Parts: sequence; structure tokens; C-alpha cells
Amino acid sequence: MSDLMPRLDVFKTYKLYVGGKFPRSESGRVYEVTDSKGQWLANAPLGTRKDARDAVLAARAAVKGWSGTTAYNRGQVLYRVAEMLQGRREQFAAEVATAEGVGGKKAAALVDAAIDRWVWYAGWTDKVAQIAGGANPVAGPYFNLSTPEPSGVIGIVAPQAGYGHSFLGLVSVIAPVIATGNTVVVAAAEKAPLPALSLGEVLATSDLPGGVVNVLSGRTADIAPTLASHQDVNGIDLTGAIALDGPGAAAALEASAADTLKRVTRPAEEPSSLDWTNPPGTDRLLSFLETKTVWHPMGL
Amino acid sequence: MAKNNKKAEEPVRKNGLFEYAPAPESPAAAGDIATSYGHFIGGEFVESSGSEALKTVNPATEQVLAEFAHGTDEDVDRAVTAARKAFADWSALPGSERAKYLFRIARIIQERSRELAVLESIDNGKPIRETRDVDLPLVAAHFFYYAGWADKLDYAGFGPNPRPLGVAGQVIPWNFPLLMLAWKIAPALATGNTVVLKPAETTPLTALRFAEICRQAGLPKGVVNIVTGDGRTGAALTAHPDVNKVAFTGSTPVGRAIAKQLAGTRKKLSLELGGKAANIVFDDAPIDQAVEGIVNGIFFNQGHVCCAGSRLLVQESIQDELLDALKRRMATLRVGDPLDKNTDIGAINSAEQLARITALTDAGESEGAERWSPSCDLPANGFWFRPTLFTGVSQAHRIAQEEIFGPVLSVLTFRTPTEAVEKANNTPYGLSAGIWTEKGSRILWMANQLKAGVVWANTFNKFDPTSPFGGYKESGYGREGGRHGLEAYLDV
Repeated sequence: MSDLMPRLDVFKTYKLYVGGKFPRSESGRVYEVTDSKGQWLANAPLGTRKDARDAVLAARAAVKGWSGTTAYNRGQVLYRVAEMLQGRREQFAAEVATAEGVGGKKAAALVDAAIDRWVWYAGWTDKVAQIAGGANPVAGPYFNLSTPEPSGVIGIVAPQAGYGHSFLGLVSVIAPVIATGNTVVVAAAEKAPLPALSLGEVLATSDLPGGVVNVLSGRTADIAPTLASHQDVNGIDLTGAIALDGPGAAAALEASAADTLKRVTRPAEEPSSLDWTNPPGTDRLLSFLETKTVWHPMGL
Repeated sequence: MAKNNKKAEEPVRKNGLFEYAPAPESPAAAGDIATSYGHFIGGEFVESSGSEALKTVNPATEQVLAEFAHGTDEDVDRAVTAARKAFADWSALPGSERAKYLFRIARIIQERSRELAVLESIDNGKPIRETRDVDLPLVAAHFFYYAGWADKLDYAGFGPNPRPLGVAGQVIPWNFPLLMLAWKIAPALATGNTVVLKPAETTPLTALRFAEICRQAGLPKGVVNIVTGDGRTGAALTAHPDVNKVAFTGSTPVGRAIAKQLAGTRKKLSLELGGKAANIVFDDAPIDQAVEGIVNGIFFNQGHVCCAGSRLLVQESIQDELLDALKRRMATLRVGDPLDKNTDIGAINSAEQLARITALTDAGESEGAERWSPSCDLPANGFWFRPTLFTGVSQAHRIAQEEIFGPVLSVLTFRTPTEAVEKANNTPYGLSAGIWTEKGSRILWMANQLKAGVVWANTFNKFDPTSPFGGYKESGYGREGGRHGLEAYLDV
């Protein structure tokens, strides 16, 4: 063997992340993922409608445990995700750079911002009830309290456009939804799914119970309608529903979600002009919460 | 003479109780009811562009009270245009000034509350006792509550300087005509939106009277517009391209249709839909209080309440005792003239609704549940339904799954708290629930487990403007009332 022989890279087989496990797609098929210049990067699993339904089952099974854990504990888990990401910062920077065609420095900054966003939401878990709920001073002898509760299983069509969409954008839509105790099935950006699939590996080692976040790659047009129409999905975030299929796709998904009266987050009017580095505010944190109001008489 | 007659007049007894002497409220207190009404658009009562007129009847007598216009697409467009025109000035008004208009409205409602209560009772069929003691005080309270928010929106928790959405199209039901109007209009105006409201086609009169109150209050023209009509008018309103926000209270099928209609638009939507609440009674509950709560939960407003406690879940060990007490109490309910101050249960709102209740209760019997009603005389005319109890109900029965929207209670049993939770949550709805037990930790545990927007523990059917109301699951989304109720009308 010659010393000049270059070392061959070990390619990675990307897999779905469902129920805390890494299945290949039920379809047995993959699709080519390229960089921003059209250069082949990897084969991503071609997730199907069946994969989406399996993921919803996993997400439903995880609701009770995740929503039932203490907010303090959820915060710790979210912070742990940030810790795990910190250790794999270079890997994600490389994936973001190829996915979005940005330079190494910019990609690293986007990953840093994503890590910081996990930390930000980690701190929200035990505070959101204090800003979204409260005591109601009703006119009568009653103790009356409103508290926010998670809606349940939320489908997310991950952002497919905007600066930093492939990872920072992805984190920005997932973290607030699980911070409040929901579980998630996310359809990764169709053309840039690799950071999302790698995030699955991080989540699996972050003390996050299996099924709380489920990551699917594949054709958005296959997966999103399944999530929108699924009877056992309580809400749908259509942030990424617009980029690939035109505005009509988001409208059709919203109409489909209406059958089960799902809570819907609509895409921005101009998703491609979004800058995911902007401060997120509390909108997404509050989008998939129900307000429960409990009355009890007061007296001797 | 009078002295001698006294002995002859034996007091009438029924169910071992003395009958009450009639205590009728004067229908004249409702004020003048015109023979026909147009719409209220741009601060004026105007004729409809169409010729179709609908009639509203007194459900207790079946007498026609008035004709009113069926709002055409053109009428809706005129109203939305008026609201759009008014929006610029109204939203630019300092919150403190908007507040003063709302305070004025609240005060005028209080001043005219007897008139409004009687009119509501005549048009809707609900007992005067409820319109007088529940509806009207709450209506005024809602305007007072949201008046105070108008100049404090920066402190509502939606960030600094939250903005109004524009024109709000609001469609409300017939079960609480004025209260639903207040729930919708008060927060909309406080946040700087203008309004086109469509009342229900069986109960338009108090909304039209409210229009007069807006005029008395000097509310700028076009800030509140009222277009009457049936579902077609409502659909035209929710579909109007210049409406920025749609608020709907009503049935789940219609809410679903609206959500579909609005898909792909940028209109903000809030829905308050149906329910099938479980009222859960544990063996340690104070029985007499629970019975009062059950009665209030299902027979209040003839059961025309989306959050009515229509499924009684009683712990098996006290079933007999509770049902005996409940039947005893039900036998004392007085059904009849809504204007009689002693009446507990008034008229069913319409022939159509009566037919629906009848069909569902017939289904209950044919599916094998056991029906019971106290004996009571019903008036010859009008739409009436006896308070009705079904025992032996299984979860699969239609009367356990479908919203009946009438004075019909389905009784199911459970053994453990876990079973109670499972049965309670076993519907597509998630609006309200009740828990009756003396054990505090159990109340809190149950409240946590129940998928319902409002949980009443050891009480039922309580409302307050400071307290958010709204559902989980297919009972809709968004909350009305409280700080939460502002969000539906703000760009946040």
C-alpha cells in the first residue's frame, strides 16, 4: 500500500428518527440529497405516509410521559440537547454549510444560534405557565385559575426557506413546541434534510424520551397531508408548507386540518425573506397550548 | 266576604309542595317591538337590498314577534364597507377614549336591563329569572371588563403596542343572544377593531335593540354593524374578502366548514363549538349540592348550553341514592311561561330544535336506555320539552356521544377515578367538565386529566368576564373572556 493512497471517507447512512429508534423508511427507498450546487451529498430515507402514521403513533404514546414530567425536568432535557449539540458543533456547521450554501463561518454562527435557542427554550419550560396562565378575579366566592396545557401531538412541516432554515429554523419550530409538553412529528425540509436527521441522533442521546420528537425525511407532498388529515394529530405547524408546492399547498393542508379542527400555524407570507436568527418571541411557545380554567367555590 | 272565602281557597299542592301563584313579568317592559326590522349599518337602520324577510317568533306562544331582513351578499358588503371605513378612526382613537364608549355601553345596558331581559326572554324562550339574574348582569360585566382593557393593552402580555386586526365578522348563536354578542363585541372594540355581527335567525331582536344602545352611547358610525339573516348571511360574512377576523360560536359542523372556508386566507379565526360535558360525581360528594349542580348543569337555559353537563358520570356505589335525590329535585322544576318569575325551564327555542331533541331522545329509547321525566303540564302552544333523564346509558349510545342541546341528561356510571377520566374524555369534544368530591387532591388530579377548557369543581355553569372560556379538541380553538380573550382580536 502506498502512503500516497488517499483515505476513503466513511459515508453515513442517514435514517429516520421515530419512537427513539432509527428505522429505515418502510418504503425501503431513498432519495438523493445534494448540496446547494447540485453535488450529491447523501441518500436520505424516502419517508412515506406509513412512516408518518407510525411516527404519529410514537408521538401519541409519548404524550403522557412527556407532558406529565415536571417543567423543571423538561428544561433540563432541553438544556442537555444544547450540551450535546455543542459537542457536535463542527459536524452541524458542515451540514448547514452544504445544505444552504453558506460559508463555514456563517454556518457555524447559525449552529451557535441554534444551540443558544435550545438554551433559551430550556429556560422557558418552567416559566410559560406563569405568563400564559394566572388567577382570575371572578366576581364571586370562587377560586379560579387558568393554566396552559399542551395540545398533544403536533405535526410540523419544517421551514424550507429563509436564512438559516435547515437547522436554526428547524430548532426554532421544534423546541418551543416540546418545551410546553407537546410531542412532535416533523417533516424535514425536503431538499435539506440532513441536519434534521442528524438532530435525531443528538436527541436520542439527550435524555429526551423516545417518541417526543420524530423526524421524517422524504417528499413533503407525501408526508404533510398525512399529518394534516390525521385524526390523532392535534395541531399542525405549516411553516414549511409553502416553499416547494406554492401557496396552494398550504391552503389545502389547512383545509384538511379543518376536518379535525386542528390548531394551525400558517406559513409566513414571504417565507424566503425570513431570517431565523431574529429573536423568536413567544408566539411559537404559545401556539400549541390550551388554556384550562378551573373553578372551585370558596367558603367554610 | 273576603274573610269567608279564605277557608274555601285550599292552596294547590303538587308533589307535596305548595304551588306558586303566578308571578308574570309584563311583556310591555320589553318596549316597542317594530313589525319589521332592517339592518344596522353605518350607524343607521337601513332597508335590506333584498326582499326576503324572515320572521322571529316567541317560542312560548308561537306568535310572530317581528319580521326582519334576510341579509344579502350586498347587505354584508355594505356593512363590511362601513366597518372598514370606521376602522381607521376607531383604531386610531386613544384607548382611554375607546374605553369610555365601552363604559357608556355597559352603563346603558344596566339602565335598560329590565327591558332587555324581557325582550330576550320573549324572543328566545328562556326564563325571565335567567335573563334577569344571569344574562344581563354578565352582559354588562363583559363591557365593563373589556372597557378597562382598552387603554391597557400594552400590559396584556402580548408585547408592547399590540395592534387591532381590522374588521371582525362575528356570527353568534341563539342560546345566549346578548351574552354572546357581549363576548364578541366588547373585546373587539376594546382592542380597536370594528365589527359586523350576525345574530341568529331565531333571536335577532336584542341585537337590534343593542344597536339603539350603540346610538345612545354615541358610538361612532360603522364601529358596530348588525346584519340579520340565517346561515347564508353568516357564510357571506365569513367569506367576505375584506374581513380580517372571524369569530364564530355555534355547532361543530358549521365551525369546521368555516375553518375550511378560511383555509389559505390570512383571516384570523376563533371558534367556540359544541360540547358533551361530563359531570362527574364521586361517592364522597355532598349529595344535595351535587344534585343542585347537576340540575343547574343540564337544565339551565333548557339545556341550550354548549358547556352543559349533559353526561352525568356517577360513581356506582351512590347511583341509587343520587338518582333518587335527582328525580325528587327534578319533580319540583317548573316548566312553562318564560315570563313567569317562578319558571325554571322555559320554551325550546324553535320547532326545529324541538324536533332535534325529540329525534335524539327517541334514539336513546330505541337504543335501549331508560327514559324518565317528572310529570308536568305543558302549555298548549309553544315548543316545550320535559326535563328528561336517561339511565342505563352506554358510551356507544347516541345520547352519550352527540350534543342534544336540550334538557336531557344521560347517566353513566364508573367505579374508579381513572375510569371516570377515560369515559369523560371519550368524545371528540373538550369544552367543559364537572367534578363533585370533597377530596381536594382528587379534584386537582381530575382537573389535570380532563381534556376540557373549563373544569368546574363542586360547582357548574359559572361564568365571569375575567375567566377565559373555550375548548379543547373539536370544541374549537381560542378563548373568550379574560386577558386570553384579547388575543383573538390582536395582531400578536
